[in-house]
Amino acid sequence: MKKKLALMMVAAMTMASVVGCGGGSDAAPAAADTATDTAADTAATDTTDTAAADTTADATEAEAPAAEGMIKVGIINNDPNESGYRTANDADLKATFCEENGYDASFAYSLKNEEQINAAQQFIQDGVDYLLLSAADTSGWDSVLQDAQANGVRVILFDRTIDADPSLYEASIVSDMRAEGDKAVEWMKSQNLDEYNIIHIQGVMGSAAQIGRSDALTETAADEGWNIVMEQTANWNAEEAQQIVQSVIDSGESFNVIYAENDNMAQGAVAALDSAGITHGVDGDVKIIGFDTNKFALEELLAGNWNYDGQCNPFQSSYIDDIIKTLESGGTISEKTIIMDEKGFDAETITQEDVDTYGI
Amino acid sequence: MQNQNKSGFSAFLGKLVRQQYFIPLTALVLLALFNLIADPAFFKISITTNSAGNAVLSGTPITILDYGSELAILAIGMTLVTSASKGQDISVGAAVAIAGSFILRMLCGGDSSSTTLHMPIICAFLLGCVVAMLFGAFNGVLVAFFKIQPMIATLILYTAGRSIAAWFNNNELPIIKDTTFSYIGGFIPGIPIPTPFFIAVLCMIVITLVLKFTNLRLYTEAVGINENSARLNGLNPAAIKILSFVLLGLCVAVVGLIKVSRVSSINYSVIAKDIEMDAILAVALGGNSLSGGKFNMATSIMGAYIIQFLTQTLYKYKVPSEALPAYKAVVVILLVVMSAPTVREYFSNLMKKIKVKEAA
Amino acid sequence: MYAILEKQEVDLGVSENVVLKMRNIHKRFPGVYALQGVDFTLRQGEIHALMGENGAGKSTLIKVLTGVYTKDEGEISIDDQVVAIHSPQQAQNAGISTVYQEITLCPNLSVAENMYIGRTAGIRQNWKKVNADADKILQSLDIPAKATQQLSSCSIAVQQMVAIARAVDMDCKVLILDEPTSSLDEQEVAKLFKLMRDLKARGVGIIFVTHFLDQVYEVCDRITVMRDGQLVGEYVIEDLPRVQLVSKMLGKELNDMDDISGEYQTYKPKEGEAPVFEAQGLASDSGIKPFDFHINKGEVNGFTGLLGSGRSECVRAIFGADRVTRGSVKMNGKPVKISKPIDAMRNGIAYLPEDRKVDGIVGDLSVRDNLILAAQVLKGFMKPFSKAEANKFAEEYIKLLSIKTASADTPIKSLSGGNQQKVIVARWLLTHPEYLILDEPTRGIDVGTKTDIQKLVLKLASEGMSVTFISSELDEMLRTCSRLIVMRDLNVVGELTGADMNQSKVMSTIAGGEKKNAESK
Repeated sequence: MKKKLALMMVAAMTMASVVGCGGGSDAAPAAADTATDTAADTAATDTTDTAAADTTADATEAEAPAAEGMIKVGIINNDPNESGYRTANDADLKATFCEENGYDASFAYSLKNEEQINAAQQFIQDGVDYLLLSAADTSGWDSVLQDAQANGVRVILFDRTIDADPSLYEASIVSDMRAEGDKAVEWMKSQNLDEYNIIHIQGVMGSAAQIGRSDALTETAADEGWNIVMEQTANWNAEEAQQIVQSVIDSGESFNVIYAENDNMAQGAVAALDSAGITHGVDGDVKIIGFDTNKFALEELLAGNWNYDGQCNPFQSSYIDDIIKTLESGGTISEKTIIMDEKGFDAETITQEDVDTYGI
Repeated sequence: MQNQNKSGFSAFLGKLVRQQYFIPLTALVLLALFNLIADPAFFKISITTNSAGNAVLSGTPITILDYGSELAILAIGMTLVTSASKGQDISVGAAVAIAGSFILRMLCGGDSSSTTLHMPIICAFLLGCVVAMLFGAFNGVLVAFFKIQPMIATLILYTAGRSIAAWFNNNELPIIKDTTFSYIGGFIPGIPIPTPFFIAVLCMIVITLVLKFTNLRLYTEAVGINENSARLNGLNPAAIKILSFVLLGLCVAVVGLIKVSRVSSINYSVIAKDIEMDAILAVALGGNSLSGGKFNMATSIMGAYIIQFLTQTLYKYKVPSEALPAYKAVVVILLVVMSAPTVREYFSNLMKKIKVKEAA
Repeated sequence: MYAILEKQEVDLGVSENVVLKMRNIHKRFPGVYALQGVDFTLRQGEIHALMGENGAGKSTLIKVLTGVYTKDEGEISIDDQVVAIHSPQQAQNAGISTVYQEITLCPNLSVAENMYIGRTAGIRQNWKKVNADADKILQSLDIPAKATQQLSSCSIAVQQMVAIARAVDMDCKVLILDEPTSSLDEQEVAKLFKLMRDLKARGVGIIFVTHFLDQVYEVCDRITVMRDGQLVGEYVIEDLPRVQLVSKMLGKELNDMDDISGEYQTYKPKEGEAPVFEAQGLASDSGIKPFDFHINKGEVNGFTGLLGSGRSECVRAIFGADRVTRGSVKMNGKPVKISKPIDAMRNGIAYLPEDRKVDGIVGDLSVRDNLILAAQVLKGFMKPFSKAEANKFAEEYIKLLSIKTASADTPIKSLSGGNQQKVIVARWLLTHPEYLILDEPTRGIDVGTKTDIQKLVLKLASEGMSVTFISSELDEMLRTCSRLIVMRDLNVVGELTGADMNQSKVMSTIAGGEKKNAESK
């Protein structure tokens, strides 16, 4: 029942998104189907022809959208409702892989690995040129990726990596959660506080973001002799974070840094401080550190209520676009794993422009 | 003389074991004793000034009353559903997300960081109640007319609910900047006790009056114990089951309001995550049978505060994040074992034996 | 124990091709002595009816035979070999197969899969061969189903036949059919009987359990009658007229029954007064055939008939407890619509259901809550009785009906059966009904309480209440009712009043032997 329902929803969303990207012309997608099929064949068999295919793709970019020479991509992502990050990620992909840019893109969403694998098989059968994948689970992808290879479908991973032989995919564009954490911890160090009494609010235990961001803090804290007053998971949840901070306040222990592994939890933590009358932010007693550069978080930084926010870049589409262009023009990708450039924002230096550009 | 006293005491003890108050009371006493011995400061209540400049009470007992209140309100509805439908609603967390999202949407009117309220809070709340009750009725109809097991029926909303919540706000995370809205989940100026506790007390008064001045208890219990008999006595079991789900929907709307007010925002993907499990646990902790029938509202509400008591205790003693669920699991196991008929029989036999020994 | 098993039964029955022999079977349950030394004999190629009213011990005997229960004492032999049956599997290995009233096959599997499930040799299975085999059997038994067809696409009757085919293919010597016809229509029953006769010709011994007398006389060769856990006797069908069978089942000899009749005067309706309740062509989804019925003010009448004859279904239709499919109803001459219990209650009808545990009591609730339930529902959701009122009612009726309970707060489930029943009676009296229906109010309760309830019925009637009384004990009905409606096989087959109200007349009407007589009263 549940599975069926989920599948139906996936199907409905896929259809909706295909129509959504169609942009206006109803006849175009159908025509594009047949055209790209042939393009795919040539691309798979004869590499010299790909340059020609590329020029047509470029040409369509400049001119009015035409059905011919479009690159057919199948995009498998997690449910955009999962988080603000995912919503931004999905919107970014949709904006890039669009007819105007020479792409004929289909989308499939699921939080479940097996449903994603089914969708991948469907895309391979449909003869897509590229399969873009943000896998729900790290394992179980080998056979379907081998199928893809056999059928001349090139695979590019984004956002999340998987446990499969690297030869099965062209590239993997990921965030380095550890680097994000390290950057934040570096910033903390640079503040040169007299003492560091830290409340560490963790995400869902075992998630990549939690592990990377937690390890960065835990290791540096041990090296520098920082005091971790409290280390507890709030499961990415604002209200749980609020309770955890409240419990520290109740216990009477002093603290001057809150390291929350996402913005929501930082928000909850701040709510607890507010109700206890503890000041925070640039001129306050407690330094607030969050992650994910949600718009509201950056606005808090701008207002001086928080101190630092680490970016977890959801905008992989430009990287993917570059890779596809390179491959289509016969080039090679030098680095399999591409770690995206991610920023950290300081309340003292952030600008309204940053908020508008990077807020998600 | 002494002998008589003793047997009087053991008779009292035996009676106590059979009382429904026994389980929650024992849990409460054990928790209180543990904290008293380990660190009496746990019970310290002090007055602080919050960031809005109001004098407010602060301390672990206040925190328990504050955060336990949401669970207590849900426990009211869950008790009714359990009694009438012989099953539990597991879509409560998702429904809270829906109600919260809807209320926020009404307040911010589609502008994700609105500075002014688009309608009075009370109007948004009442509309939220209607929406939550409709979703409750949906669950109720599945259970009452289609005779689907409650846990299975509510699985649908459990799965789809957070997506519906996301849809209400276009996948955005709206923020309310109006300070009066934060009073609901915080403090009303001039009153040093957290507002959620007042709301919970209000709910308790309302449900007490309803149980006193209507036949809700008799009808619900009759349907839960013997549906055939209830029908032959002129009751409409389907209507009563739906009513219980609708009332739970009302409780959900109240909790949704408190939750979104706490941080003046919502993250639909994690808000009130797994709260249904705590609500069900509260009902069980209150000594109520999870297979329906007779219920005791007061012990369910006690159960809710005890769970919060336990959570705060675990936070206080800094139980590692990974181990947190394990501790709760231990409590659940103890509960299940204590309420198992064989164990109860064993205890009552033990009491009898003690009595016989004393008599001899 | 082994010594007993090795002991060989010496019986003259060998010569008669006896296939199954049960000797001196005892089974005790806590508080119930269900089988008290019962013998049962089944021969090759016969259809043998096992008859008895509720509580006679039929189903216990069947369950002992099929290994659901283990007997306390006694011996079972198949083909003169003593067998030990401690589980359904052992029973099956011994050649005993059972087809229950409720189909116990898997509706989502194919017919062939259902026939071979649980007895396939190993994992490797040649389904082609299995399907062919299944088709062969189905064909030979003339069952209109294909091996590859999904079971749920067959009618109930065919599903039942598939279950029988499965049993037959397992080389069963003894086939038990437990109420197989209760959900079949007449044509389907005819098909089933044909199949039964075919099997009989093949030498299978069939035990047929049913409530329908006509069917017994249509297909059976022998009848074994049980009553109160004891064997009444085994009879060749030609030697046992229907009336005799009924009397043996009910435990009343024809002669000594006539004596008690006429103890109470018959009720005479007043001139020009419309009946309190009147129904025309009433029928419900329970399968009951449309019937007419009326009851006058102050009258006590009753539905009689064997178990399963439809007497309960009639009153359930009157009360709206089953879904009414046709017919019209009048209260005191005015047409009313009764489609659910609350409609009946608002019209002043009260109904004490047959099965106290399933339909009557609300077990965990207190005596007080059980007592006020119906009156409370009538009064309305927003108007609960005050605690004082409820206590007053409870005390009043506990005293009036001398209900033995520790207090009004005691959960009703901890009361004895008789006292539970009194609480349910009190529940309905509290609604001050015009018309009270009591379906088996005296079943399973002590003699003292039985008399109390009968007296109460007569007292209520003398105060002007109309009462319909159903009891499986005939003398109770004769003592209390002034008119009896006789049921057989879901039909009203007669109505007896006045001088006709005696046991032999009732039994002959039930049996249908003197059908004409009864109807020309």
